[in-house]
Amino acid sequence: MKYRLGKHEPAGTQVVRSRRTFLGAAAAAMAGAMATLTGCDRNGVEAFLQHNFRELSKDEIKQVIARLEQEAKQKYGREIHIGNEPPIQGVLFGYALDLSRCIGCRRCAKACVKENNQTREPQIEWIRVLQMDKEDGVDITHADPYYDPELVPQEGHFYMPVQCHQCRNAPCTKVCPVGATWQEPDGMVVVDYNWCIGCRYCMAACPYGARRFNWGEPGIPAAELNPVTHYLGNRPRPKGVVEKCTFCIQRVRKGLYPACVEICPTGSRKFGNLADPASEIRYILEHKRVFIFKEELNTRPKFFYFYGV
Amino acid sequence: MGFSTFDRLRLSLAFLLGLAPALAAPDIQVPPPPITDGLFPCTACHDGKTMKLNLVRRELKDMHTDIELKHGPASRWCLDCHDPLDRDRLHLASGQKVEFTVSYELCGQCHGEKLRDWEAGVHGKRTGSWNGQKQYLLCVNCHNPHQPHFAPLKPMPPPVRPGATVAGKGGAL
Repeated sequence: MKYRLGKHEPAGTQVVRSRRTFLGAAAAAMAGAMATLTGCDRNGVEAFLQHNFRELSKDEIKQVIARLEQEAKQKYGREIHIGNEPPIQGVLFGYALDLSRCIGCRRCAKACVKENNQTREPQIEWIRVLQMDKEDGVDITHADPYYDPELVPQEGHFYMPVQCHQCRNAPCTKVCPVGATWQEPDGMVVVDYNWCIGCRYCMAACPYGARRFNWGEPGIPAAELNPVTHYLGNRPRPKGVVEKCTFCIQRVRKGLYPACVEICPTGSRKFGNLADPASEIRYILEHKRVFIFKEELNTRPKFFYFYGV
Repeated sequence: MGFSTFDRLRLSLAFLLGLAPALAAPDIQVPPPPITDGLFPCTACHDGKTMKLNLVRRELKDMHTDIELKHGPASRWCLDCHDPLDRDRLHLASGQKVEFTVSYELCGQCHGEKLRDWEAGVHGKRTGSWNGQKQYLLCVNCHNPHQPHFAPLKPMPPPVRPGATVAGKGGAL
């Protein structure tokens, strides 16, 4: 068993750095014994002993990903790829949604489910489209997510899709007792599904209702599984963990637009690099009437609503 | 390729230097202008010989009867935008002819603010890459030029209500 080394120790030195690494090592050494005693398979024991994603070395990440890919293959009978693309230097992702253009067709919510491997039964959708009365303006107490007319938009109504706001001052990451959710350097708030204990404090803390809990074993038809995934994003999730929108981390870190931007028939959804003055998103922030949902809570979202008209 | 002044400058500079393919990565127009099949080229009928030019504003009875014009003031009619002498092109108010593929220049005469936003990638849909090449649509791909109001759509099904998840069926508990 190798112990984690500090930067300055010569290669080959084995040093017990802390109580945690010592315990981790001791536990790992017992893995074989545990496997026999508990009846868990090798993968199960390794999953149990896995560290928080942010503490894993490159080699450990490789092993973890290989194990998860194998598990997914067992469950769905298909090869999937779990990526680990790092943040792009100098990029801070931002999103803007045009409230004057959205017609509430819900194509974003469905495209998101397909792209991000949300469970179909029981159903989880990361995007919720709220129908509101034009007379009342943005008023959550009178919002209806279950509208179902023949055609949208309906007279006298406007539509406000809500998803994770990727807050800079995110309440959800503060309350997590185990550090299973955090903000990446490019701004995405992500979850390590293997470290999440399912306490759902983050869901209580989120003022946007953006997090979803896997109450049941996720049910996705194997044929519909998106095999292109990211560890911190759309890889298949187990029962009992929280999940959320990551702006399609598996796409945007490769330079693609999120799935909801790609599908929107009205072009209401805009995405880009907040750190780039020439980006679409900066143009919107500088030229349009921008509205921050629940601004008074000081969550400092990187998701903005604007009025393009 | 009608984009920002910066893009145009960059393009011309690239061409001057002979580096066009290396430097310039203009955005790509995806679908062609949505002209009904079999109607283009317009000069197949409007050749100025078999069909004489008629500049009188009138209701069309023989052809194009499916077009209901609901765009701007009632006085507007076909030849305000379609060029009477060159039917395969459109014309601006100045008389300058424009191809169907750059019809946004025509739209932008009245909707200048929208054209500016569109050139910045803020009005209308963009797909592709947020930090690279994008695909764009023409105004007329979403707005029928004869009835530009965005057509209503059938919404996708609503989410299930929390109570509808059945216990024991992979659902709660």
